[in-house]
Amino acid sequence: MRWFWIDRFTEFQSGRSATAIKTVALSEDHLHDHFPGAAIMPNSLVLEGMAQTAGLLVCEHGGFAKQVILAKVSKAMFHCDAWPGDTLTYKAQIHDIKEDGAMATVTSHIGDRLQAELEVFFAHLEQLSSSGEKVELFVPYDLFSWLRLLKLYEVGRDAEGKPLAIHPRMAESDPFLANQPANAT
Amino acid sequence: MPAQQEEVFEKVRTCLVDALGVDDDEVTPEATMVGDLGAESIDFLDIVFRLEKTFNIKIPRGELFPEDILSNAQYVQDGKVTPEGIEQLKKRMPFADLTKFESDPRVTSFGNMLTVQDLVNYVQSKLP
Repeated sequence: MRWFWIDRFTEFQSGRSATAIKTVALSEDHLHDHFPGAAIMPNSLVLEGMAQTAGLLVCEHGGFAKQVILAKVSKAMFHCDAWPGDTLTYKAQIHDIKEDGAMATVTSHIGDRLQAELEVFFAHLEQLSSSGEKVELFVPYDLFSWLRLLKLYEVGRDAEGKPLAIHPRMAESDPFLANQPANAT
Repeated sequence: MPAQQEEVFEKVRTCLVDALGVDDDEVTPEATMVGDLGAESIDFLDIVFRLEKTFNIKIPRGELFPEDILSNAQYVQDGKVTPEGIEQLKKRMPFADLTKFESDPRVTSFGNMLTVQDLVNYVQSKLP
């Protein structure tokens, strides 16, 4: 199983907000082991998808150069269950970003119905490490591939509202792009 | 408690209740952040965010919790903060009562030193 709990971004404003969707399908194994006979999407995995939406928003703000980890869920409220066939729409908003972390809120809707609310904190891993060693959470090319699957560079906008450019760290990870002239990326 | 300090205390209490999930009556001026309220390292980041938003102040990194002193070999020997380090802490944390910490200056005890009243004092020092 791949730990991808959002299907794609539908809106992404650098450093501010992002919207992602997750469509629940009966073919997903995890639905069948949670409550036998009641194939609901586990709230813990809804939470993971909401956190991924906000976490990638925080990561992108740092050019994907910092290691961002989910450090704390200070509030999580679930108002109804998600069933196969539902499309969950996660809307994340950054409230504050500092050198050592960020605070964000995320909502989950099924259609117009509020399904869940979340308040989360992210920490920059380098700031927490006492050894000073940089730990890579993702292989850069794998992360870049994931971002493209999520259509980040198709819907993303930078702080000035312009289409999001491919981040240098991501471009360097791609053997094809890395060999292109600088102005070609 | 003077009126302004009382107002600051109530707002700090709300921040701590939201950040730590504790009950209102647990947040007393004498309560220690770690020992009594169970704050962990990431909670301090949460608390800083909430204090900044609530009071519209900026809290520079290391000002409220000067971890750089506690991790500096110049000020720490055998796991204890040296007298020179204590002086540095006093300069950086005029809002905190370090008397108790001075009698047992182990680095591991530092986190349990800070009280709710210290936070209130700190916030008041940042207000115009």
